[in-house]
Amino acid sequence: MLRFKCPVCNTVADETELSPGGEAHIERMGPGSSDDAFYKYLFERKNPLGIHFERWFHAYGCGKWFHAARCTKTMEIFGTYKAQEIKPPKHIIDAITKKRPNWKNE
Amino acid sequence: MSTRISKAGRLLDRNKRLSFTFNGRNLFGFQGDTLASALLANDQVLVGRSFKYHRPRGFVSSGVDEPNALMSLGHGGNFEPNRSATTVELVDGIEAVSQNHLGSLDWDLGFINNFFAKIFPAGFYYKTFMKPRFAWKHLFEPIIRNAAGLGRAPSLPDEAAYDYFYAHVDILVIGAGMAGLLATYELAKSGLKVTLVEQKHYLGGYALSDDFEVDGVAVPKWLENIEKKLIDSDNVQIKKNFTAIGVHDHGYLIGCENLEVAEKMGRSSIRHRLWRLRTKQIVLATGAIERPLIFAGNDIPGVMLSSAALDFYKLYGVSPGDRTVVVTNNDSAYLTAINLYNAGLSVPVVIDVREESSGDLFESLRSMGIRIEYGKGIASVLGKKRVKAVELCSLTGEGSVQETIECDSVIMSGGWSSAVHLWSHCGGRLIWNDQLDTFLPDASKSPIDENGEDFIAVVGAASGSFWPSEVVQNVKQIVQKIQKKFKTSKVKSSSISIQEIKYGDSNSKYFTPEGASEKLKSKCFVDFQNDVKLSDLRLATQEGYESVEHLKRYTTLGMATDQGKLSNINGLKYLADFLGREINEVGTTTFRPPYTPISLGSIAGEARKGLFKPVRKTTLHLWHEANGASWEPVGDWRRPYAYLKKNETIEQAVSREVTNTRNALGILDASTLGKIIVSGPDAANFLDLMYTNMISTLQVGRCRYGLMCNENGFLFDDGVVVRLAEETFLCHTTTGGADRVYSWMEEWHQTEWWNKRVFIQNVTEQFTQITIAGPKSRLLLEELGGLDVSRVSLKPLDYLEGELAKIKARVFRISFSGELSFEIAVPSQFGLEFWEKCLETGSQFGISPYGTEALHVMRAEKGFIMIGDETDGTVIPQDLNLGWAVSKKKKDFIGKRAQERIFMNDPNRKTLVGLSLQNSSEKIPDGASVIIGGVDQANDNVIGHVTSTYFSPTLDKPIAMALLKDGKNLLGRSIEIPVDSEKILKAIVSEPKFYDAEGNRQND
Amino acid sequence: MKKYSAFALVKEAFNNHLGWGRAWRHAQPKKRYKVIIVGAGGHGLATAYYLGKNFGIRDVAVIEKGWLGGGNTGRNTTIIRSNYLQEESAAIYEKSRSLYETLSQELNYNIMFSPRGVMMLCQTEHELRAMKRTYYANRLFGVQTEMVSPMRMKEMIPIINTDGPRYPILGGLWQPRGGTARHDAVAWGYARAISSWGADIIENCEVTGIVREASKVASIQTTKGSIDCEKLCFVVAGSSSLLAELAGFRLPLESVALQALVSEPIKPVMDCVVMANTVHGYMSQSDKGEMVIGGGADGCNNYSQRGSFQHIEETVRALIETFPIISRLRQLRQWGGIVDMTGDRSPIISKTPVENIFLNCGWGTGGFKAIPGSGWATAELVAHGNPGKLAAPFSLARFVEGRMIDESIAAAVAH
Repeated sequence: MLRFKCPVCNTVADETELSPGGEAHIERMGPGSSDDAFYKYLFERKNPLGIHFERWFHAYGCGKWFHAARCTKTMEIFGTYKAQEIKPPKHIIDAITKKRPNWKNE
Repeated sequence: MSTRISKAGRLLDRNKRLSFTFNGRNLFGFQGDTLASALLANDQVLVGRSFKYHRPRGFVSSGVDEPNALMSLGHGGNFEPNRSATTVELVDGIEAVSQNHLGSLDWDLGFINNFFAKIFPAGFYYKTFMKPRFAWKHLFEPIIRNAAGLGRAPSLPDEAAYDYFYAHVDILVIGAGMAGLLATYELAKSGLKVTLVEQKHYLGGYALSDDFEVDGVAVPKWLENIEKKLIDSDNVQIKKNFTAIGVHDHGYLIGCENLEVAEKMGRSSIRHRLWRLRTKQIVLATGAIERPLIFAGNDIPGVMLSSAALDFYKLYGVSPGDRTVVVTNNDSAYLTAINLYNAGLSVPVVIDVREESSGDLFESLRSMGIRIEYGKGIASVLGKKRVKAVELCSLTGEGSVQETIECDSVIMSGGWSSAVHLWSHCGGRLIWNDQLDTFLPDASKSPIDENGEDFIAVVGAASGSFWPSEVVQNVKQIVQKIQKKFKTSKVKSSSISIQEIKYGDSNSKYFTPEGASEKLKSKCFVDFQNDVKLSDLRLATQEGYESVEHLKRYTTLGMATDQGKLSNINGLKYLADFLGREINEVGTTTFRPPYTPISLGSIAGEARKGLFKPVRKTTLHLWHEANGASWEPVGDWRRPYAYLKKNETIEQAVSREVTNTRNALGILDASTLGKIIVSGPDAANFLDLMYTNMISTLQVGRCRYGLMCNENGFLFDDGVVVRLAEETFLCHTTTGGADRVYSWMEEWHQTEWWNKRVFIQNVTEQFTQITIAGPKSRLLLEELGGLDVSRVSLKPLDYLEGELAKIKARVFRISFSGELSFEIAVPSQFGLEFWEKCLETGSQFGISPYGTEALHVMRAEKGFIMIGDETDGTVIPQDLNLGWAVSKKKKDFIGKRAQERIFMNDPNRKTLVGLSLQNSSEKIPDGASVIIGGVDQANDNVIGHVTSTYFSPTLDKPIAMALLKDGKNLLGRSIEIPVDSEKILKAIVSEPKFYDAEGNRQND
Repeated sequence: MKKYSAFALVKEAFNNHLGWGRAWRHAQPKKRYKVIIVGAGGHGLATAYYLGKNFGIRDVAVIEKGWLGGGNTGRNTTIIRSNYLQEESAAIYEKSRSLYETLSQELNYNIMFSPRGVMMLCQTEHELRAMKRTYYANRLFGVQTEMVSPMRMKEMIPIINTDGPRYPILGGLWQPRGGTARHDAVAWGYARAISSWGADIIENCEVTGIVREASKVASIQTTKGSIDCEKLCFVVAGSSSLLAELAGFRLPLESVALQALVSEPIKPVMDCVVMANTVHGYMSQSDKGEMVIGGGADGCNNYSQRGSFQHIEETVRALIETFPIISRLRQLRQWGGIVDMTGDRSPIISKTPVENIFLNCGWGTGGFKAIPGSGWATAELVAHGNPGKLAAPFSLARFVEGRMIDESIAAAVAH
């Protein structure tokens, strides 16, 4: 069972307190977007083996969404940050590259 | 024979005699016995039958790795199959029964399989039983199924109770052998909080059976001293009967505490307790597991592991037999030989597959005059249900017999495998060590926690430190490392003087003789329980099943209840030999939890019966229960389906409730409907995005029916939105949708539109919501007194707040039944009072409660949709003729873009229609398919399905709604509904409105 | 290839079974193949088999990163059924089920297809209505199912607790010709068949690169060297996104862990497969006697083949409620597989943005039952370059058009 530090309420929460919300930082495509752009927004996913920026909901805790950078192979967590960040903040990127120098954010 | 020996038996309390039965026979043992030792003490050597060939089997081990001695215990609600006798602590009154035999344990008809063993090698079933085709299911498979399985299933539900414990632990030491005890002691000294767990009911591990001296005292005494010190230590917690079951990500460990003895003695109401531990550091001191040697007849009762024999003797004072032949590839069996000899038992020969040996144990053996045969092996063990003799042969060669040596037991040691299972549960890699002849944890690829840090350390035999002096050194190192990690003050580690014992080198031979003939190979057992023999491994590799996983799956090696603890390494060695590769290249299989099998009951814990998905109850739940409610589970709730009166069927009750509501007055508990308050300066604007409708134009004091779609455009919830104030909205949701819609709004607010100044609250349980419906509903409200609910003051879709019957209330004039109807929300604490007042006051108007089914009938009569019936996750509002509720003016709302896609505008989409039966009073079946133009092969004429269907008591005829392809253009057409192979109902497509289409009643 | 039969077994018994040859050749890659299939799981091997059988294309290599059948083919709970609600799903699953019926004879390898029946429980009024809808749809599409009453169910499955208490059983959807098969044998049987006609199975060979020329793929790079191909087909389930990344496109997939467990073996107590979707769990008894148990998938992206223990807890609780006697049985093993979930939980059998790369993935939690039908449909796609009737609805384009094939109404647990 995974555990994350919720960056909103600052408690360490077991996975049972949380709901996963899939890939983070996907820009919403509304009316006016092309079919292709809308398809990509709604369905296409990076689904990487390695670092995944993802959304979690502290459902049975403070009730807030947050972001996490987690390795999908080792389950290592490189940090959590607020859901209102539209891209991974520098301290998260630094934490990742410190441990995985070859990693590129694509 | 196996018997009790008076001068040994460290764990026994011989003053406490315990009685138990085995296959109905009354037997006795002592306090401190295991069921296994007590059986052996009674010379019960034959204890089970193997899985495939039903061969007679005896004890092989003294612990959790035992493959043969599986028994059924207890009866009724306490019955338990497949329990290994070596793990059962004896208590008075145990009833044990042997398993897997047709007839008795001694005379098993299933043994007939043994005679056909030659045509039933590994995987034989893949090659036959294919013709005729039906024969597999109807002939061969039933035979196989009945022969397979071990114990029988319990016939009654479990009477026992289980629970969970949660704990956060700094350091968890697993295994209380010498290494674990010492590590705990040293770590505790530096002030760290340590929990020590041990799967057995005693501490000490194999060291408890050993003879060396520590600090000048015999090792058992020394262990006892440490245990005492630990018990006195404030920062140490010791748990016996506690098995670490699995290590999971982020330092999470599942452990199972066995409280069976305490439960039987009345000291615990719990049978098994599942521990969920978060640990900062795990120290594995899990020791090692002895491997069998492989030779023909190594499965005959009386052949057991050397370590088991030593345990049985030292701990329980039980001899493996009177004349014991020892066969080994390492020094550890010497210790057993010496002990048996010293106990006055005969050890006719020690057969050693090594060329020579040296060391102190060898010297002892020699000084006792025990015969040692080097470079020899066992050609075959003679005997059927008990060892009679062994045939000695040269290790090399095909096994020609040099000498037959009579004996009644054989003890074997094929080396030791470090118990590294828990290391690999969570991603730790293993590496084969040729010199030590075992897999060891690969420190360069250790399991990591969420921070990417190691969190498991390994000490003692589990890390390859097999001998006592190595253990002391090894523990010292690891403890220092952990102290550093936890930054404790430096504490000098204890200096421990270990009696120096010289041991000879072991070798890696695992079967005898090396050139065993095919005939011998077919009697050499590798996996005892599953009857996997050397000949099976040969066949599998010959056929190309040479990945270790293929080998396991093809032969079933290691798939038995001991999970390959005894057999896996020997199988791997065979594979490596066959492929001419190193074991590291051949690989190991990944160990997965559980380390030992745990009861399903313990996994479920307390979450059973009433605590399994607890029922949510409205404030009126008890009233419903007392008044004949027939319940229906809806979401987490239960709602009254109908209220049954005496001698009434459900159908009659529903019909009565509908009629009464239509003609007089009905009352419904609608509290389960979701109630969400959305407030703030941007609330209206925010809800415009949430709903397909325009919400921002709603006036204060008014209600509007709203639809919610997901981003895929599909309708997923509906409900009435009320503007309570300029910046405050109350959003009603479906019963099942309350939590979902609340989370949905939060998600969009927090993750997409966080700049909108909105506050969202789920107040579902704060209000009791009651629907008063029927032509006399206004009369009732007027009678209750308070708010002015007249036609003028409270028009359809109006909302008022004030008092009714002196209770604070919100009144919404909305109708899901098509009748004049008011939904009234009162604070939950007044819910029951208000409900009862309504009933009391309403009795003069003929009030009667109605349930969900009556509600559904009435909404269907009106053609109102029901989420989940008319929708199924693929339906858009336009399909349901609800296009009017989808704003065309709004630039954006959730689902809008999706509804612009090609398929959403396909003219062939299914749309909602009504169905009327011609000349029939029969209800159209739920979910029936609808066709047009008769059944044909290609199914091109299937045009949709029935979404809701009821018998309407109001109209006295069946009504239904359906989603039909191009439904709008089918109005007035005749369609068919196939019911079964003969019967086809005919119906006419109509508008989905059957009653009061103009809405005069609800607008009254 | 030596034919398998009872007679051959007896004959070999006199020869200590020394005469049996390899089930499949362990091949090294040639320089070029007409078709390379990546992934030697059930779906990949079946694709190769039907390419050879139906289209005579036998210049085929099936390459596999690990060991044959070691992915989800060897990790599932072996359930076979076709009682799907949507017409498109029912068609391909029923095709698959009917191929399973005769697969042992066809492959001369006993895959132990056992039509012991699949029972799907209805535990709410809503679920009952949904199952009835499936039942009526199934009838018209030639899938034989029936609705059974709780009383009849109790007779068929004596260990079931029909009275609840939490969710009383209101009925069930019974597919008598659904059942189970031996999962490993399906992979081994297909492998043996295609190997015998010269297709190459190359294990321990990982794809490391995909070389494109213009809009087409020319060759693949592997840990065993570069291999040229005319057509390339990805059949790698949970790893599909990684291969697509190499080929330069992305997929509507997420890889998550799905776990299963078995109890220790007991004597037969339950003949059929039971699926309880409301409480999230399903169970059958294997020929060995183990109770084979599965439940819902984990929610977060995961490539580790180990899931979280709380999902096991939830599944076990659900099944103890449904079958109270299993409480005293013990869990023997648990394992996880990486399943590839699509947006509508239906599979993808499709062309891709690269002209000669084809794709079979997205079977999520329910792929085993589809192996023969999926192989059949994928072979047709690869051979013709365009999907046939079975595969057409499962194209990638459906996500753009909004033409979802959503089975979630019929089964919250999609096995």
